[in-house]
Amino acid sequence: MASKYSNMTVRAYRRENGRVGVRNHVVILPVDDISNAACEAVANNVKGTLAIPHAYGRLQFGEDLDVHFRTMIGTGSNPNVHSVVVIGIEPGWTKRIADGIRETGKEVAEFSIEQKGDFETIRAASWAAKDFVHKATEVQREECSISELWVSTKCGESDTTTGLGSCPTVGNMYDKLLPEGITGFFGETSEITGAEHICQKRAINEEVGERWHKMWKAYQDDVIFAHQTDDLSDSQPTKGNIEGGLTTIEEKALGNLEKIGRTSQFIDILEPAEAPQSGNGLYFMDSSSAAAECVTLMAAGGAVIHTFPTGQGNVVGNPIVPVIKITANPRTVRTMSEHVDVDVSGILRREQTIDEAGDALIEMICRTANGRNTAAEALGHREFSMTKLYRSA
Amino acid sequence: MAEIPQLLVHEHDDNVGVVVVEGLTAGTDMLVCVTHDNSTFRLKSEADVPIGHKIALKDLKEGGTAIKYGEDIGKIIADIPKGAHVHTHNCKTKRW
Repeated sequence: MASKYSNMTVRAYRRENGRVGVRNHVVILPVDDISNAACEAVANNVKGTLAIPHAYGRLQFGEDLDVHFRTMIGTGSNPNVHSVVVIGIEPGWTKRIADGIRETGKEVAEFSIEQKGDFETIRAASWAAKDFVHKATEVQREECSISELWVSTKCGESDTTTGLGSCPTVGNMYDKLLPEGITGFFGETSEITGAEHICQKRAINEEVGERWHKMWKAYQDDVIFAHQTDDLSDSQPTKGNIEGGLTTIEEKALGNLEKIGRTSQFIDILEPAEAPQSGNGLYFMDSSSAAAECVTLMAAGGAVIHTFPTGQGNVVGNPIVPVIKITANPRTVRTMSEHVDVDVSGILRREQTIDEAGDALIEMICRTANGRNTAAEALGHREFSMTKLYRSA
Repeated sequence: MAEIPQLLVHEHDDNVGVVVVEGLTAGTDMLVCVTHDNSTFRLKSEADVPIGHKIALKDLKEGGTAIKYGEDIGKIIADIPKGAHVHTHNCKTKRW
């Protein structure tokens, strides 16, 4: 059924594989930690490129290595990225990541450092990066349907106002835009604890619900209960959550789940950094509740805009995905306004309805897709944090 | 709503509400709004409670359950009089 959201369009970048991006980055991507310096040197040589340094990529194995490859390939494949220069210490894993990104049809150039050194690698990679910048800067935005956007969510520095205002605002947005055909992501596995009975019921059918519960239970048993040394009272809820008035994980989880609204159902579950394969709809990604890790995983899964409710004022950003900050906390609006994109504190004063706040967020999603820089982008927040499952070999 | 509420409550079943103004002091005759249907009532605060923190809507007994969103959010670990501050000193998770 047509709604007032059906005809909404944004001006964005259509990529070779048909996906729609809202930014046009030329990324210089290190395969591993020891290639960061070469990547940063290339980004310094060639203006308009973006190096994404990170801490890992050596001697990982098994499932942990799979998450690493998915994160690297997914980041390069994200539609917000025009083209990619990949640099690694040796050619094997470098080629694996470059070839993975090439499946999208975008241009990728790969370089490895051994038997050449940083100087020669930086020289050759800089030429490729310069060529990509010329091409990227000539690409034009075109009209795309709002339904083609992949929009993720994860909240941070939550307090009781997130459950009252900013999370229901995101939920209202999903209730309105998922029926139009967008793809959505939510996650934060540990933070559903206390509301898992409610979350499971929001699966589209029993089979998906059961798979979801198995994943959530495995996290509880294998991670939380296997490693806990206390009652987690300093970690979940966090010190910031407690300062903001959240007392227990149950209370935090119930507020968190407000992000999927009243009617939205999730159609499938995703491994960390996995791209959706089941068509348009809402997905639960198995992910950490730490802001930078979670946003990084969802960006690698293909999200092009992230909606981030915050209470006490989490300042996180991402190098390739614009992060829209939404807060209902009037103290945070007063003390940290440079970080706030959408102020919904009117909800607490009962001056603004959730429906009006949802529309305000949808408007900000469109403006962001059209090119408006978010607060996090303007402030240079480019947190890129790899999820690591266990110690390296 | 002409008057701005000091305390918001999610559901009618809840026994705690959230302070949504800065600088709330003990003895305030609070306007309480239940967001489910925007119905209101009044309640006196018994403590200075920071924005975002919770207040008991009725006397809560040790061993009882705190209810918010109409759901169990933890166990009461010390008696809490109506109007008093509810937080980690008198309420605890049942999970870990």
